[in-house]
Amino acid sequence: MKNTAITIRGLRKTYGQQTVLDGIDLDVPAGTIFALLGPNGAGKTTLINILSTLTKPDEGKAAVNGHDIASERDAVKMSISLTGQFAAVDGMLTARENLHMICRLSGFSSSGARARTSELLRLFDLEASAGKLVKTYSGGMRRRLDLAVSLVARRPVLFLDEPTTGLDTVSRRALWKQITELRDEGITIFLTTQYLEEADQLADRIAIIAGGRIAAEGTAQELKSRIGEERIELLGDDEELLAAYATDGSLQDIRRTLNELAGKVSPETRIRLRKPSLDDVFVALTEAKPFEGVLR
Amino acid sequence: MKTVQTVQSVPARKTSLAITNAVFVGRSIRLSLRNTEALIMAIVLPVMLMLLFTYVFGGAIDPGGDYVNYVVPGIILLCAGFGSSSTAVDVSQDMTNGIIDRFRTLPIRSLSVITGHVAASLARNLLATGVVIGVAFLVGFRTSAGFLEWLAAIGIIALFILALTWLFAAIGLVAGSPSAASGYGFILLFLPYLSSAFVPTATMPRWLQGVANHQPITPVIETIRSLLTGSPIGHHAWLAAAWCVGILLLALLWSVASFRRKAGHR
Repeated sequence: MKNTAITIRGLRKTYGQQTVLDGIDLDVPAGTIFALLGPNGAGKTTLINILSTLTKPDEGKAAVNGHDIASERDAVKMSISLTGQFAAVDGMLTARENLHMICRLSGFSSSGARARTSELLRLFDLEASAGKLVKTYSGGMRRRLDLAVSLVARRPVLFLDEPTTGLDTVSRRALWKQITELRDEGITIFLTTQYLEEADQLADRIAIIAGGRIAAEGTAQELKSRIGEERIELLGDDEELLAAYATDGSLQDIRRTLNELAGKVSPETRIRLRKPSLDDVFVALTEAKPFEGVLR
Repeated sequence: MKTVQTVQSVPARKTSLAITNAVFVGRSIRLSLRNTEALIMAIVLPVMLMLLFTYVFGGAIDPGGDYVNYVVPGIILLCAGFGSSSTAVDVSQDMTNGIIDRFRTLPIRSLSVITGHVAASLARNLLATGVVIGVAFLVGFRTSAGFLEWLAAIGIIALFILALTWLFAAIGLVAGSPSAASGYGFILLFLPYLSSAFVPTATMPRWLQGVANHQPITPVIETIRSLLTGSPIGHHAWLAAAWCVGILLLALLWSVASFRRKAGHR
């Protein structure tokens, strides 16, 4: 049986009138990359904050690395690192000073902190600018440093809140590579993202969150197959989507669908065969657009 | 011989309070030293104020040329006010730019980040006080104070700076943004003008005397003045100490409560 790094049961959080998390249940297997995918305001950051002990849930339970987030906060803190949405590094300090500070605060001795700092600077390709003030860094370098700072103490669970937001494509791919390497070392990574491509490319498992609930959960492949392997789309005069039908892509299934349509739509209607993307899953689940469409 | 360390292991317990405080004090002092404009202001402002009050206003206020001896305590407190007000901005910056969440997920007591700013402010402002006193001597300040009087004067100045800095820290904690923190803090900087810092309160309108005589700056000023110039100290020393300790305790409580609310386990 696989180990579970994070267990979440019935988690709820309300701010005033607004329900941010409305009963979340999730299990994150150890040593995997888990992506929480959702639009802005879906409750992604709140969930990460609860799991990293920054915020108290109103209801429900969660355990990180086997420790209860409410009754064993210190043990949870010893098990996790958090990289928030904003690069949480000191602009007026150098990269070396930032790393050294967090090393000391994480419990390293003075010489241990120096050694770990050098190691991380090398690992994250920051040696050349280690002595420069961080405020002079590019967005990508800042993010790299931020990640390096998060990894000071090698905790088994790493939370990344929208790690690549605002990065250019090159920096984003470099960061993905580093995250994958961390997973391969056995670290569990729980990340939030609003980029479908990121979840698709990077994550072992994906949960789609919308309106404070988990709308779907599984591998990218599983999620895509939930709405059919392929779809037949009916297009109007201006290429607008009139309706879409799930199909298994076989000749007989497509023929049957087209036969059903005969007489109901104009013979000039154009059709298109399309493989679903994660985008479709996302739209289907978060905006509740009907795929088994009624003809207009 | 140097050994190559590869995998570092971290002790699985909370980082000691002593190390946490030392790290944060070091951080804040380093940040203070790098904030060149603020540092220059901390040195230039006392010099400018000293020269302004001695040479520009001094002649009109006290034609005998003795004004410098009167005004030194006032300028020390005025500078301490300006100097510690930046604590509000520093604290607010840390609370709003995300770094506080990183500190909060570390196995430390994260309130130490505020303690660090307070310690750095104390160091900065004692330095500025030193500059004021140095310039004062250059422009003719003469004192009757011996070693013990100096020690007591520096003690009350340090206590005043500490109380004021914690007050600014609390303002920084409740302010929504660094610029708001800077704005709120500004109000406090007018208090020295409504005290015996620059003119005896007896020269003010009667209704204003009531304010000036019963606000914290006046007894602190009078205490420092008595210690440095040998005038009778009366009940000022106890009043000054009581005000400073009272403000310090309230500001501490306010800070801790605000910190819990903003950065505690919500």
